Amino acid sequence: MSKLSRQDVLKLAALSKLRLTDGEVERLRSEMSEILNYVEILDKVDTAGLEPTYQVSGLTNVTRQDKEKSYGYDVEDLLKNAPAIQDGQFKVKRVL
Amino acid sequence: MPGWAPIAEISSDVRAGKLKAVDLIKQAFKNIEDNKEFDAIISTLEERALQRAERVDKKPFGRLAGVPFIAKDNFLVFGGKTTAASNILRPFEAPYQATAINRLEAEGAICVAKANLDAFAHGSSTENSDWFTTKNPHDKTRVPGGSSGGSAVSVILDMAPFALGTDTGGSIRLPASFVGAVGVKPSYGLVSRSGVVAMASSTDVIGPLSKTVIDSALVLDVMSGRDELDSTTIERDKRPYDELKIDLKGLKIGVVKEYLEQGLDVGVKQVIEQAVAKLKAAGAEIDELSLPSLPLALAVYYIVCPAEVSSNLSRYDGQRFGFSAKDTNNLEQSYELSREQGFGTEAKRRIMIGTYVLSSGYYDAYYKKAQTVRTKIISEFGQAFTNYDFLIGPTSPVTAFKIGAKTADPLQMYLTDIMTVAANMSGNPAISVPAGISNGLPVGLQFIAPMGGDRQMLAVAKAFEELR
Repeated sequence: MSKLSRQDVLKLAALSKLRLTDGEVERLRSEMSEILNYVEILDKVDTAGLEPTYQVSGLTNVTRQDKEKSYGYDVEDLLKNAPAIQDGQFKVKRVL
Repeated sequence: MPGWAPIAEISSDVRAGKLKAVDLIKQAFKNIEDNKEFDAIISTLEERALQRAERVDKKPFGRLAGVPFIAKDNFLVFGGKTTAASNILRPFEAPYQATAINRLEAEGAICVAKANLDAFAHGSSTENSDWFTTKNPHDKTRVPGGSSGGSAVSVILDMAPFALGTDTGGSIRLPASFVGAVGVKPSYGLVSRSGVVAMASSTDVIGPLSKTVIDSALVLDVMSGRDELDSTTIERDKRPYDELKIDLKGLKIGVVKEYLEQGLDVGVKQVIEQAVAKLKAAGAEIDELSLPSLPLALAVYYIVCPAEVSSNLSRYDGQRFGFSAKDTNNLEQSYELSREQGFGTEAKRRIMIGTYVLSSGYYDAYYKKAQTVRTKIISEFGQAFTNYDFLIGPTSPVTAFKIGAKTADPLQMYLTDIMTVAANMSGNPAISVPAGISNGLPVGLQFIAPMGGDRQMLAVAKAFEELR
């Protein structure tokens, strides 16, 4: 049975860019352990000789001509939901 | 008020000038207002709907001329906000529209409102909505099912003749079953998902909900087909999806044995047995078959779905659109706090599980293993459809449960989808049709059809509807 530690949860939260509260860390530790325990029924399934299926559309390599195409969108309109913009670009906080 | 006439009749009357689109949308808004207590609707689109109705009345056009409809709030629609019932998208105004909406509008349909859902469509009851929980019209203390719960309730309460939903693990069929509506999950790839908030991209599909099969079939016909904005779309059938002729006599239908076992409510079982008896009496050849890997589909789903969710939700970073945390010092902190404050409990849970099963060291044991069991499920379906035209079973093992009954235990909530997820993992089309009532609550019968057999599936569902 999977048992996640507090450290495991904190590491996953960092990878997921989530800053969890202490209460959330503990709750997720126990809930995730329970869910992972359930999905482990798959361990016992014999899948020898089978390949994984990642998608079911039956399509491969859907391509189009490498040509610019206008969909009539306004740059201003596409930026209207951004919290901060400058000179027609997204503006973000400093990285360091 | 009496319910809506069939959609084909409404639009034909609008085209003939006998009905006005403006009056139809006014009726829709009145029914929305009169049923506010059920919390099915997040927002209404009065201004844009009225403009469009006036345009239709000036020169009526299209197979859906003047027909009002309601979209789940994870469809990008002009004229209001698109929130996916999540805090993080609370301020979001779509700069472009979903292809499905564009196709419906091109045939004269008018979107009047956005329906409630579990935030980001993560859930089976609408209780994960960051807004409110939608109530079941048959019993207000019970859930309507989810995640397309608002859409399902809106058609039952005649807010519009049809609504749109999305189905990733059962999110159209389950609420249809819980409120007594028809809910269609088409073949994977049949309807473009451009402009719909992504959940799990390898299983997400778009489909209609309505009171009758024929109305859903017409809507599906308008929406289906390739779209260059969604490269996962498949070629549609050349024949219309609303041409629904089928003879029940001699049809081979398999009852999935695994769906009649574990945890099936006695009342639900009775209704399903009666449905089988009616189909038999009408000439269908029905027997039981075993698909031993089907019960594994839920475990497969709860690995694959969170994995894809964790990837799809990485775009909500607080920088380009949606909620952005205030007073942060640097970019990293802005990401973390925007996501921490913007996402609800269920979204976080799925992001965390998804990140876990995709992380190095666990990828093969969880993600790859699940996708390999998925192959097994697909091959069992494929094998079954060499002997059967359709498979049937209950849509859900239980009827609508009490609000709050499963919120404390996420795994119990996940198990609600036990009978719907297999068709999502395999891509097969499936439909839930009202089959009867158990203790005052609706029970849905699910038909699963071979890949691409959407029209035949709708036809058999309509034939069953006529037997009721």
